[in-house]
Amino acid sequence: MNPFSSGTRLRDMIRAIRACKTAAEERGVVRKECAAIRASINENDQDYRHRNMAKLMFIHMLGYPTHFGQMECLKLIASPGFPEKRIGYLGLMLLLDERQEVLMLVTNSLKQDLNHTNQYIVGLALCALGNICSAEMARDLAPEVERLLQFRDPNIRKKAALCSIRIIKKVPDLAENFINPATSLLREKHHGVLITGVQLCTDLCKTSTEALEHIRKKCTDGLVRSLRDLANSPYSPEYDIAGITDPFLHIRLLKLLRVLGEGDADASDSMNDILAQVATKTESNKVAGNAILYECVQTIMSIEDNGGLRVLAINILGRFLSNRDNNIRYVALNMLMRAVTADAQAVQRHRATILECVKDLDASIRKRALELVYVLVNETNVKPLVKELVDYLEVSDLDFREDLTTKICSIVAKFSPEKIWYIDQMLKVLSEAGNFVKDEVWYALIVVVSNASELHGYTVRALYRAFQTSAEQETLVRVTVWCIGEYGDMLVNNIGMLDIEDPITVTESDAVDVVEIAIKRHASDLTTKAMALVALLKLSSRFPSCSERIGEIIVQFKGNLVLELQQRAIEFNSVISKHQNIRSTLVERMPVLDEATFIGRRAGSLPGAASTATAPSVSLPNGLAKPAAPLVDLLDLSSDDPVAPSSSGGDFLQDLLGVDLSPASQQSGAGQASKSGTDVLLDLLSIGSPVQSNSVDILSSNTSNKAPVSPLDDLSSLSLSSRSTSNAGPVMDLLGGISSSPPTENNGPVYPSVTAFESSSLRLTFNFTKQPGNPQTTVIQATFTNLSSNTYTDFVFQAAVPKFLQLHLDPASGNTLPATGNGSITQTLRVTNSQHGKKSLVMRIRIAYKINGKDTLEEGQISNFPRDL
Amino acid sequence: MGIRFVLMVNKQGQTRLAQYYEYLTVEERRTLEGEIVRKCLARNEHQCSFVEHRNYKIVYRRYASLFFLVGVDDGENELAILEFIHLLVETMDRHFGNVCELDIMFHLEKVHFMLEEMVMNGCIVETSKSNILTPIQLMDKTSS
Repeated sequence: MNPFSSGTRLRDMIRAIRACKTAAEERGVVRKECAAIRASINENDQDYRHRNMAKLMFIHMLGYPTHFGQMECLKLIASPGFPEKRIGYLGLMLLLDERQEVLMLVTNSLKQDLNHTNQYIVGLALCALGNICSAEMARDLAPEVERLLQFRDPNIRKKAALCSIRIIKKVPDLAENFINPATSLLREKHHGVLITGVQLCTDLCKTSTEALEHIRKKCTDGLVRSLRDLANSPYSPEYDIAGITDPFLHIRLLKLLRVLGEGDADASDSMNDILAQVATKTESNKVAGNAILYECVQTIMSIEDNGGLRVLAINILGRFLSNRDNNIRYVALNMLMRAVTADAQAVQRHRATILECVKDLDASIRKRALELVYVLVNETNVKPLVKELVDYLEVSDLDFREDLTTKICSIVAKFSPEKIWYIDQMLKVLSEAGNFVKDEVWYALIVVVSNASELHGYTVRALYRAFQTSAEQETLVRVTVWCIGEYGDMLVNNIGMLDIEDPITVTESDAVDVVEIAIKRHASDLTTKAMALVALLKLSSRFPSCSERIGEIIVQFKGNLVLELQQRAIEFNSVISKHQNIRSTLVERMPVLDEATFIGRRAGSLPGAASTATAPSVSLPNGLAKPAAPLVDLLDLSSDDPVAPSSSGGDFLQDLLGVDLSPASQQSGAGQASKSGTDVLLDLLSIGSPVQSNSVDILSSNTSNKAPVSPLDDLSSLSLSSRSTSNAGPVMDLLGGISSSPPTENNGPVYPSVTAFESSSLRLTFNFTKQPGNPQTTVIQATFTNLSSNTYTDFVFQAAVPKFLQLHLDPASGNTLPATGNGSITQTLRVTNSQHGKKSLVMRIRIAYKINGKDTLEEGQISNFPRDL
Repeated sequence: MGIRFVLMVNKQGQTRLAQYYEYLTVEERRTLEGEIVRKCLARNEHQCSFVEHRNYKIVYRRYASLFFLVGVDDGENELAILEFIHLLVETMDRHFGNVCELDIMFHLEKVHFMLEEMVMNGCIVETSKSNILTPIQLMDKTSS
């Protein structure tokens, strides 16, 4: 006999599948079986239907598609025999779900079965209904189920009760009908019916407040009595688990009591005795007992306040915490999190144990404990807590470190009593786990440092020491480099020493060494190197003796392949060698960054406070705002830009500088290195014409000796070729004495038109014009030509641009594009480039049209815009 | 609500039984099962039996070569579910006599029936072993 005919018994098929050594073999076997089953279904084979269904279920469990078996289920359900019905219903529940329309066909069969004389069949139907019924089916069959709630057989009653739960969930309007039968279920003796009745009532209370009132009034006493009977009942072998009678029922009753007692003082009062009894009498050396205690504690915490009970509950939790079983500890930590809102003092007493749990071997426990610690932190205990956490940071696992670092940073930021402590802690964190520290965090650190003027010297010395030991942490290096650049003179001259410091001698060349190491390390990334270059510029002004050496270091980067570094190197070199007179003003100390604005801006740009993904939705005292991902450019084309984290910090600082440039010159604030792009610095140097090509041209024109020009003339020629007049005025004041020849405008330069996009069926051409006096805005005339021989209808053009551009699309001239270039559609676009001159335009386009009613979509990216748009 | 799914998976990661009480496509199920099983298999004996995955909690227990995984909502009592897993195993044991993985594989429908009697729509219905096994024994008697 062919082993793969549909006559195979289930177990032979299973054996065959198990014998397969590879996944491909298994797929082959399954495919053959499915084919055989499908053939058998087509022939409407009666005998093997049962078997086929069983096989189908197995195959479904393995993960293969089995929709062809759905109608078989229906046929099986409709057949009179019990085994067939059984398998049919099982198949129904496994292979179908409420979203399939096939389910509607079952409704009639279900109705008949619900009225069947054989109670097992009724049970089957109820089961199926309870598991997968949809809203319409629920509505149709609700009266039947209601009737069955009062059936004589307890098994049917219990199944009907669970079915009602689902019906109520699907059709909440029907809840009222079920209230009365549900309450009568609560007086049952049979455990199965009681447990389902309790569940039904719990759900009723959740869906309708009217039900809640009703049940609370009528049934609370009854429930309390049932629980008492249960707790005091003698040993019954049927339901006994680990010495306790039916712990599941205990737990369900406690849950219902919780729902009833929440917010209602009377109900809570009536429960106090029984809760106390359960809490004290239940044995806690077995899982079942602990489960009951856990539920009991949850209930006590949620109902109205009763001092004695609460203390009892927290004591139980304390006992759980010191239990050796990990499961129990986990559960206790979970509960404590919720208890904190109720009674924070009591939980504080267990702080030491919780801290121990943070260091536990088990990952789940560590996570819970950390969240709990985070919630417990307040001004009084922040110092010892953070000390513990930082100590642990050194020995923690890598995957836990990120969580830990984030939490420590936010605790420190929120609760630091004094700045020096904040700086200390942050330095420790940076030295240990700098690579996990997010960008906002070290921006904030720098803001704080710049604000704490009395601590500048201390900070820079501490950083210097830290750098000697932990130079592999990227963020530490960055912060160190920035601080040395700013406060290098304090470092060398030991200015602003605090009493607690040890004296340290650092020579100027030592300081320069540090920056040199930072810039030359392989591991330093672009941000660090860029920051280091700027720091070197500052140092060259503050340490004139090292100026030559610094110049040499910078010169090495003039030929660097990365545009950002090359540009900075060239410009700084030019400042150092030729423009010494402005250098010192250029790199004066930065103005103090306004902390309040920074924090406000940062809070504004972050999403709403949410502690962690997994914490329960309880209003915790310390909401942590999740650090937002830096606002990345839409098209992510600026990968060659050094600093993506320009998000909040950068924009803010750019804004700051924008404000600072207009008033008097003493706000040179030019040491504007750090995190934002070099754009701002360029503004200053090229006096408002931040065109990269422009300044490079000017400077390279110097080196190529086109004409011997004096430094001052250079600067004026810079101003000459400036195309944007925005910053020209005030910055000229700054440099004073530079002949302010009017900048020549390139009025409406002619830009070549560009074929922006071409595919086999469509061409898109752009023509550019610029308004005189408005160099940032370009008006683009887009022309679409149809290259195929079909006419395009419903022509829609869409474009997306990165954040530094603004795009405005005028309506198109039409939306039908005749074939083969017989006509064209034009559309005008207005693009404003806020980084005009620094970045050229880029655009992503999407064109949608219909050919003969069929939708077509074309997408592309345009990067061949003329450079100076 | 309550229980979202019940899985029995062996140590090589093959699913022996899967009962879902909420709708998931086949693809989703496969990925879900894969991820959870990897997490649970990676843990050792001394770690606690509760794992958090996406928005569920998974309560698991290992019996010989088979892992029993139950996915539950956040509000559910984990220790109770742990007990429930044990009850399930004991029920199967009483029916099959010294149940092992092969028993479950070759009598998959019976195990499904048992589970159906115990859990409906994500809620625990029946906890008495004799009540659970009566209909199954009846069915065996009539069909044999």
